[in-house]
Amino acid sequence: MHSAPDELFKALADPTRRALLERLLREGELNVRALTEQAGVSQPAVSKHLGVLRQAGLVLERPQGRIVHYRADARALAPLMDWIRFYAVFWDERMDRLEQLLNRMDQ
Amino acid sequence: MTPAADATTTAVVVERRLPHSLDKVWRALTQGPLLESWLMANDFEPVVGHRFTFRMPPMEGWNGVTDCEVLSVVPQRELSYTWNASGAEAAGGLRTVVTWTLHAQADGVLVRMAQSGFRPQDRRNEMGAKYGWERNLGQLEAVVAKLP
Repeated sequence: MHSAPDELFKALADPTRRALLERLLREGELNVRALTEQAGVSQPAVSKHLGVLRQAGLVLERPQGRIVHYRADARALAPLMDWIRFYAVFWDERMDRLEQLLNRMDQ
Repeated sequence: MTPAADATTTAVVVERRLPHSLDKVWRALTQGPLLESWLMANDFEPVVGHRFTFRMPPMEGWNGVTDCEVLSVVPQRELSYTWNASGAEAAGGLRTVVTWTLHAQADGVLVRMAQSGFRPQDRRNEMGAKYGWERNLGQLEAVVAKLP
């Protein structure tokens, strides 16, 4: 289900695909027609881009009759997340928990 | 030798003023069960050279295990240990050092955590250089950050 990081990076290297993904992240589930309206490329091109995003695990599809709905799967972005930022957030949260523990130790 | 001394690496530093005694903060940092209650499950001992692990449930892309070795223990002053990727992820994976420094203050303790040794070749930088798309990551991350 999840592809190698290389496939992920290649999928995101294209600006049209990034724009499609960003829209799905912002707006939730959309079909090809809705996505094509703002994509600036033809519907077959959008479908092709969605295929690449799907292959990389970034987009999930949900068929409903003859219409296919697409949504972003942010979890697939995990390998790209900035490790350093990840740890900054991680330690900040842990410090909160340390503070809570110290407060409990008082009682 | 230490990653912190290497100019090509970067560090994460988090500081917190805690209105508690030095003794209590030190115990929270060095007693296994207390450490587990705010950080992670562990088999930590405050003994230089002691090897231990921090454990979390495994998740996609991470086995959940951090390999550590105690580097320094100065009671109520300083504590440091390595913080490395483990198992199959160890080769070419994260190799960092976590250093805790405590400073007594009038109203409590200033706690400083520095995790040093993030290398340029770690993940994102490498990939950014390779694909030249790093500039665009910010926007994507901003969108992801706003997700519920």
